[in-house]
Amino acid sequence: MTNSSSSKKHGQDQSELSGPTSKSQRTKMGKSEDNDKKNSGKKLKDVEISVPIVYGNMAFWLGKKASEYQSHKWTVYVRGASNEDLGVIIKRVVFQLHSSFNNPTRVVDAPPFELSEAGWGEFEIAITLHFHSDVCDKPLNLYHHLKLYPEDENSSMSTKKPVVVEFYDEVVFPDPSEAFLARVQNHPAVNFPRLPAGHTLPPPIPVEDANRRRKGDTKDNPLSQWFLSFSEADELLQLAAARQQVQAHIAKVKRQISLIEGQHKQLKSSSDQ
Amino acid sequence: MDAKDILGLPKNSFPSSADKKPRPPKESQRKPDGISREVYALTGRMPPLMPSIDASQLKKKHPPHEKITWQWLPFTNSARKDDLHLYHWVRVVNGVPPTGDYSFAKYNKSVDIIKYTDEEYEKHLTDPMWTKEETNELFDLCGRFDLRFVVIADRFPSSRTVEELKDRYYSVSQAILIARAASSGDVATHPLIKEPYNVSQEMERKRALSMVLSQTRQQERKDEEVLVEAKRIAELRMASKVTEQPQLVVASNADAEVTERAVPGETISPSNVQPPSMVVPSATDNASTLASLRMLRVYLRTYALDQMVQASNSSAGLRTIKRVEQTLQDLGVNLKPRVPTKAVCAEHLELRREILTWLNLQKQVQYKEAEGSSFRDGSYGETPGTPKDRTFIPDSMNFGDIHKTVVSSERVGKKDQKRKAHGGPPTSAHKRPRKQKASDL
Repeated sequence: MTNSSSSKKHGQDQSELSGPTSKSQRTKMGKSEDNDKKNSGKKLKDVEISVPIVYGNMAFWLGKKASEYQSHKWTVYVRGASNEDLGVIIKRVVFQLHSSFNNPTRVVDAPPFELSEAGWGEFEIAITLHFHSDVCDKPLNLYHHLKLYPEDENSSMSTKKPVVVEFYDEVVFPDPSEAFLARVQNHPAVNFPRLPAGHTLPPPIPVEDANRRRKGDTKDNPLSQWFLSFSEADELLQLAAARQQVQAHIAKVKRQISLIEGQHKQLKSSSDQ
Repeated sequence: MDAKDILGLPKNSFPSSADKKPRPPKESQRKPDGISREVYALTGRMPPLMPSIDASQLKKKHPPHEKITWQWLPFTNSARKDDLHLYHWVRVVNGVPPTGDYSFAKYNKSVDIIKYTDEEYEKHLTDPMWTKEETNELFDLCGRFDLRFVVIADRFPSSRTVEELKDRYYSVSQAILIARAASSGDVATHPLIKEPYNVSQEMERKRALSMVLSQTRQQERKDEEVLVEAKRIAELRMASKVTEQPQLVVASNADAEVTERAVPGETISPSNVQPPSMVVPSATDNASTLASLRMLRVYLRTYALDQMVQASNSSAGLRTIKRVEQTLQDLGVNLKPRVPTKAVCAEHLELRREILTWLNLQKQVQYKEAEGSSFRDGSYGETPGTPKDRTFIPDSMNFGDIHKTVVSSERVGKKDQKRKAHGGPPTSAHKRPRKQKASDL
């Protein structure tokens, strides 16, 4: 039953409470709330939880210390988009490096999920996210092309300023378990969904590596000064402006069409004498 | 003649006479070798692909040391119950006639019909619907006609359907077999026991067959449409089936449309990978894409966006898709959003859809404008729609009369030519031809 009702909705109708809320988003949420109350009051199934992440690499040129085979020192990583601790969702991350590296399969068991190496070549790194057992039993693959050299070939390489390439994405769990929801209920790393009215979650059960020694967030990470910022507000504005333009065009063309149709009618009626 | 005129084909006035002369000499030249002309013609005047058997091989070579004579001798047939003596030609080798039974006697096969005693009948076989005489008669006929029930039904004294006769015969045989068997296990493998005759099923089956046979063509077509419709609905339902059976999702092809960035994990292959073919046959439904995404345990927002974009693109041609992307660029929007949050992805999709709408509307304007220009010029054949309207109106006046419609269509052709010459608004030119037509009636 949920299937038929939810298939009529757009993706955005599933309600969510995400970090940076702009005005446009709040009004949209208002609409989606109503739909949700109508449809998902019966099951928890329409609830989706997402984790905004940023993954990529940073590369420092070694300058004078550079050798033929080690010209750059680079770090590939996966971090929370707002630098929050991803360890609450991710159990471990496996970075699969180029076969020319020793032990190309590098496993990082605890946050911050990053891996540093030295080398000279750019290649594709397969990043596999393994989640905690109550989150998801299937891992998720990301692919990142390691970037060492700056885009602009003419710009000089500096040992102080790294080349940074990062991508924003969101890991979506369309059907989260109640245990998962309970455990991450108030965690800042997660876009927690709006639950149906009056729904209570079971008490949270902590997961295995609760006794992590180092803190998992990347807020004070030495590399954090170079992290790029991703704000959806800019993109939303851009999209909204574009949509307005297109809508205006559509209205204009529709007027054109009705005008022409009117002309046709006149011609037809005159010829039908 | 007219048809060729319209189609613009050149009129070949004498094709046949030109061909006749070269043809006969050609035919006589190709004299087949080894087989007669008529037989050769049967094979389409072509030599066979396989080498045929050399005719000389077919002639049996007589063994030289044997002496063969043919004699008119009597014979008996073991298949006959009477003692009939007939005569026929026999091939005698070296004075020794052939031994053995009549060569066709082995073909005299018959079915083993169970014979029951009166006692057995009283014990096991009584039935309210059947008298003993009828049952006896039935079995007699079965024996005579080797269980050919259609013939038996025809010969049966009282009118019984084939199914009824079959039912009685098989149930009697079954009962007898079971009664005579030492234990039920002995006869369990007997075909009569293993597969009992089911009257109602048989009647239903025959009724259905006759219905299918007597269906009119229209009914056939309707049935096909309904089946196709049902298939589509079933597929849609399959696509939107959620976590009831997550492990049993459709066979996993590796997802060919991988985005540069990410792909769902594939350690347990069946459920998580979504083959693109799942999206396409479901009539490019956005709902089905959403449903198939929901079946994944985990996925990346960019992957989801990519799937949705593909779904909405599948209804458009490649050129349209390129135009959409060009428009996005012109508007200063990233083809792939830099910050793909849920809201951003939704907006992006909506924008794409709106651009598609806009492009389609633009096309509509073009069509309408083309239509409009044909109205104004009144030129025949520029756009298909309008001239038909013109010619149709006069035709309808002569609807019943075939000759007159032919004449009027020719007239109409001339009318249009006149209009072309004028080029201006058609009203005045229009009226004159109409008046001519009216006088025709």
